[in-house]
Amino acid sequence: MSNKTAVKRPTAKKDMTMAQWTWREMKKNKVAYVMIAPFMLLFFIFTVWPVILSIALSFTDFNMLEMPNLVWLDNYIRLFLDDDIFLLAAQNTLIFACITGPVSYIMALLIAWFINELGPKLRSVVTLIFYAPSISGSVYLVWQTLFSSDSYGWVNGTLINLGWIDDPILFFSDADYVMPLCIVVALWTSLGTAFLSFIAGLQNVPRHLYEAGAVDGVKNRWQEFWYITLPYMKPQLMFGAVLSITQSFGFGGIVTALCGFPSVEYAAHTIMHHLDDYGGQRYEMGYASAIAVILFVVMITANTLIKKGLSKIGQ
Amino acid sequence: MAKLRTRKHKVVLSRSTGGDFGINLFLVIMGAFMFLPMYYVIMQSLKPLDELWMFPPRFYVESPTLSNFSDLFTLMSDNYVPFSRYIFNTVFVSVTGTFGNLLLSSMAAYSLAKLKFPGRKFFFELVVKSLMFHQTVTAIANFLTMSTLHWLDSYLALIVPAFCTSMGLYLMKQFMDTGVSNEVLESARLDGANEFKTFWVIAMPMVKPAWLTLMIESFKNLWNSGNSIYIYSEQLKTFNYAINQIVTGGIARAGVGAASTVIMMIVPITVFVICQSNVIETMGSSGMKD
Repeated sequence: MSNKTAVKRPTAKKDMTMAQWTWREMKKNKVAYVMIAPFMLLFFIFTVWPVILSIALSFTDFNMLEMPNLVWLDNYIRLFLDDDIFLLAAQNTLIFACITGPVSYIMALLIAWFINELGPKLRSVVTLIFYAPSISGSVYLVWQTLFSSDSYGWVNGTLINLGWIDDPILFFSDADYVMPLCIVVALWTSLGTAFLSFIAGLQNVPRHLYEAGAVDGVKNRWQEFWYITLPYMKPQLMFGAVLSITQSFGFGGIVTALCGFPSVEYAAHTIMHHLDDYGGQRYEMGYASAIAVILFVVMITANTLIKKGLSKIGQ
Repeated sequence: MAKLRTRKHKVVLSRSTGGDFGINLFLVIMGAFMFLPMYYVIMQSLKPLDELWMFPPRFYVESPTLSNFSDLFTLMSDNYVPFSRYIFNTVFVSVTGTFGNLLLSSMAAYSLAKLKFPGRKFFFELVVKSLMFHQTVTAIANFLTMSTLHWLDSYLALIVPAFCTSMGLYLMKQFMDTGVSNEVLESARLDGANEFKTFWVIAMPMVKPAWLTLMIESFKNLWNSGNSIYIYSEQLKTFNYAINQIVTGGIARAGVGAASTVIMMIVPITVFVICQSNVIETMGSSGMKD
């Protein structure tokens, strides 16, 4: 840009190059960077950097003691071709996520919708009942008491009392029961932030829309839900979907607490456990990083796909 | 238009009795599924020894007693690591982590929502992306970072990462977008308040529901954090970890386990009940655009 009116400094955006404009705006907003700096510094150290570092380390054989060697794709090849337990873990994780993710999402949405028609007092009580399990820490261990492997466990006790079984079933050490039980418990704790977001989203839908809908021929509550409510609360639906997906990949802690580590015959062994095993116990950091990278890719892909799908609502 | 005149009436929103019945039935069944296990823990914690080992097990208690709670405190005192230490760890980590998170997140959120600086879209996009993966992904690399910083086996490893939760920043930013009016901020600036003062004195009081929500969210996560791969010393482990040990530790402690679970769950539930309406209000602006 040749500057003919040299005396006057350029002030409008069109008089400057992009870089000049950006630099000026940055100087003007120095304080904004100061305010965001502490958060972003920690965010880079503990969230962004780990992803980069994991990707880099996944191509090495780093073990915390020796200098890492570059092994290219060896870790990934070993994972997919040589590690039966990983394949089992991947399968379990997918089953787990594909059930808990959608089910908890739909459950949260339906319950929030049904609750929305209750009066305000009752609504807050019912909200608490549904939300409480997700905030109460290790209260899910009660399932271990309910399904305990002796006749003092409530389920076994009841079944024996009814005469349906003679000997208590060893729920948490029987490969057939472990996975379904963990899924039930995970669902039990899954009505969290997404659920609250749905409740709030439903309360935000203006009431006159429903009245207008009734005049325009909306026949029943399902049509009303589909044509009025869902399109209106699309932002919450997106947010809830992201949270549900992320959450559905993170139930490893519950499984460990309920079934021990490793679970019987690796029946509930998930990728998180595999990661913990190699990273936290065997210190094969290169290998563990490869697992983490795969998990990362799977979660980002799942989220992107679902977001794409949801953005079609109401179009 | 006859329909509109009956506005107060159910007819307008076309509710069928069958549907009402079905929905209420669904709510009752799901409610029972959610509530009964919680209720069972509370009953277990109040049962005397002979009722705990009664066959068949019951969902109610005949002669409630607090002896499980007093046993818990006796057990606390003659443990190798005193139980109060676990509680201290949890409270200390939860409180410092929550306040750090509140301060850092809301400052960053204010900056992202109300100051138009180059790069803000990029920063926010990064945070939104990070909502999409679970923390287990970062655990291994963070382990290495902690070990480089010599933070392993110290409170720092638990507290500092909690300062920068993407969820906290996200909720604060979304709420500030609509909850703080630019005109008010502008007039504060004209009166000569600097940006920090505007943030702290003007903007923060306007987003009280959001920071209450953030506090609950953060407190809940920290309070419920269990065994961490960054911590080896028994003295630094959390209350939640100790409870897991007791509950899974053996049948002899069934009552005590239930009692400690009840103590553990009472705190976050109480906090939530106090702030419930604020939380719902905040979540109203939590939506995500595509």
